[in-house]
Amino acid sequence: MVAEMLVNIVHIIIPILIVIASAFAVVFKDLIAAAIAVAAMSLLLSLEFYILHAPDVAIAEAGIGACLTTAILVIAIRATRREEEA
Amino acid sequence: MSGMSKIVKTISSITFPFVTIYGLYVIAHGHLTPGGGFQGGAVVASGCAMILVAYGSVWTMGKIKEKHLSVLESFGAIGFIGLAFLGLIFGTMFFKNFLVGNDFLFGEIGKGLSNISTAGALPLMNFAVGLKVIAGLFGIVLVMAYTTKAKGGKIE
Repeated sequence: MVAEMLVNIVHIIIPILIVIASAFAVVFKDLIAAAIAVAAMSLLLSLEFYILHAPDVAIAEAGIGACLTTAILVIAIRATRREEEA
Repeated sequence: MSGMSKIVKTISSITFPFVTIYGLYVIAHGHLTPGGGFQGGAVVASGCAMILVAYGSVWTMGKIKEKHLSVLESFGAIGFIGLAFLGLIFGTMFFKNFLVGNDFLFGEIGKGLSNISTAGALPLMNFAVGLKVIAGLFGIVLVMAYTTKAKGGKIE
């Protein structure tokens, strides 16, 4: 009973956090900070997949989205300029 | 990117075997537990990318070249499609699981060497896909880091 209620509360909280992280990724002018916001969004999304009983999708999302995509984005930002223009 | 501080290098060296062993576990148990070749390969490639960030692209490129990674990726693809065609040769159709049911290797439970792995050709296909994903993803990150390092001399 208590566990079901906790799972329901987490089901409400995590999508709100995903939307907030996505909004930060759009709003930030600092591109490194935007990349980190995308990584946080991907990590929360993998947690949501795990709660929805899809552990293999959660593993793939945590590996690809939270680690490798962030690495590629940071490497690409390092080759250009850090601040977004205007 | 010529490597980070000694603290980062030490912690990366300590945690790299755990990440790699977890990824290989996901690959090897792909037919029993959630995950498989792609997921485990992504985990191992994440660990390799951690080593790349900690030690720098020049050091990593000195250890392994992208040509070798390309050869490994091709071996993974050839292994996967070769196992599928072996199903056509020894069995009845493409992707036929020709190893299941025999009592020599990778067959049923409780018959000698068959206890090693009990899903026929599926673990071998998982190993092939895992090898391809590890080599492919790590090759992408390695080449991207090395070329951006070599192009601009004034970037750190």
